[in-house]
Amino acid sequence: MSDDRLESALRQELHKIAPDIEIADIDPDGDMREEFDIDSMDFLNLVAALSKSLDLPMQEEDYDQMGSYNAMLAYLRAHSG
Amino acid sequence: MAEFLMPSLGADMEAGTLVEWLKKPGDPVRRGEIIAVVETQKGAIEVECFEDGTLDGYLVELNTKVPVGTPLAMIRGDGEEPAATRTEAAPEPPPLPVKPEPDKVDAASLRPLPTVATSRGRLRISPAARRLATEKGVDPAALAGTGPGGAIQLADIGAGAARAAPEAEPQRTGGFNMYAMRDAIAAAMARSKREIPHYYMSQTCDLTKAEAFIAERNAGKAPEERVLVAALFVKAVAKALKKYKEFSGHYENGVFAPGETVHVGMAINIRGGGLVAPAIHYAQSLDLDTVMDKTRDLVARVRAGRFRASELSDPTITVTSLGDRGVEAMYPIIYPPQVAIVGIGTPVIRPWVVGDEVVPRSTVTLTLAADHRVSDGHRGGLFLSAIDKNLQEPEKL
Repeated sequence: MSDDRLESALRQELHKIAPDIEIADIDPDGDMREEFDIDSMDFLNLVAALSKSLDLPMQEEDYDQMGSYNAMLAYLRAHSG
Repeated sequence: MAEFLMPSLGADMEAGTLVEWLKKPGDPVRRGEIIAVVETQKGAIEVECFEDGTLDGYLVELNTKVPVGTPLAMIRGDGEEPAATRTEAAPEPPPLPVKPEPDKVDAASLRPLPTVATSRGRLRISPAARRLATEKGVDPAALAGTGPGGAIQLADIGAGAARAAPEAEPQRTGGFNMYAMRDAIAAAMARSKREIPHYYMSQTCDLTKAEAFIAERNAGKAPEERVLVAALFVKAVAKALKKYKEFSGHYENGVFAPGETVHVGMAINIRGGGLVAPAIHYAQSLDLDTVMDKTRDLVARVRAGRFRASELSDPTITVTSLGDRGVEAMYPIIYPPQVAIVGIGTPVIRPWVVGDEVVPRSTVTLTLAADHRVSDGHRGGLFLSAIDKNLQEPEKL
């Protein structure tokens, strides 16, 4: 899957969870939960939505590789075929 | 014949606006079925029916704001004759709530009724104008209508809003009006602080076993099957209440009524400000996966601004959790008429003595605010300690 499609999937799901936050305004290397003001349930919903739309398992033990917007994108790139 | 009432959704609610009927006159209705939607300070609330029967007729028109306890419709019991004259009568202004007569007090009338009924007569206003008024935070009753018969029209609301010249328009997030929500929270918390003699306790709890249990349980599972530690907290509190029953129930009119069943209210924050604490019903009898499913469902519906009347009025205790981003401890305020609230801080790694060694452990600070009219610190301490112990045996929850 192209980088563009991965990034637009991530943006789309983040927008559903945090519609009040503009991607342009966040620090892409900052803690994603802080940047988007999301809690553990929101994060779980984000992972569930991405896991489904991109057909990736996104295991809980990998959560620490998904800490920021950029880290999440890198994780998606590394794991999608 | 039973009345279907504008529900009371807590100490802070005085009135609500009927915005949607989901059943028509003549439709069969079942206990627990949602038959109307009312707009309140807490957003749009779905209201269930308490009887089996047939919806006999509407008593209040759509978009009418009425005090808590006002009959919205009549429900005809199975086998009862329809009230033909009532439904054929010309539409009249909604009847005022009638105080129950002392000789016919039944279970239904024990639901809280307003002590004062207010009526300003029916306002002549178009539905579109009423919606705009709500959005702009304008009280339509204070306006002079320019429509036929003095009816208030869209343009009148615009003029009213301009006159009121608000600093900012009420922020709406999802189905919520943030100013109304803030008022509702302030009213409930002021009443709590005024009426409830709170006492507070805290306990630092080793979370290592609970977190390991969750990690192991979630390994290899799809995200929608994973469980959050928040569900474990609900279970730990519900289980502790089996022995410490005086922390679950309602204190009303000078009497404490212990909850027959435990409905744990879960404080859920709303993006943009405010919170609600709807119930996870029958929390003691649910397994962990079911608690998690219900939590997920509640959070989704709170985010969407739509939940049920009984979910707001039923909790017998509240659990409030700061989550991963916060501080070590919180000192929560009891939500009346409840008598206790359990606070859960943000987990932190700290040095902890295990056997003879100091080791880094994940810990969380549990707090309890409880009502001195019902319990004392001795029992409060035992209750909080029981929650801690339950979290040391997560596999038994």
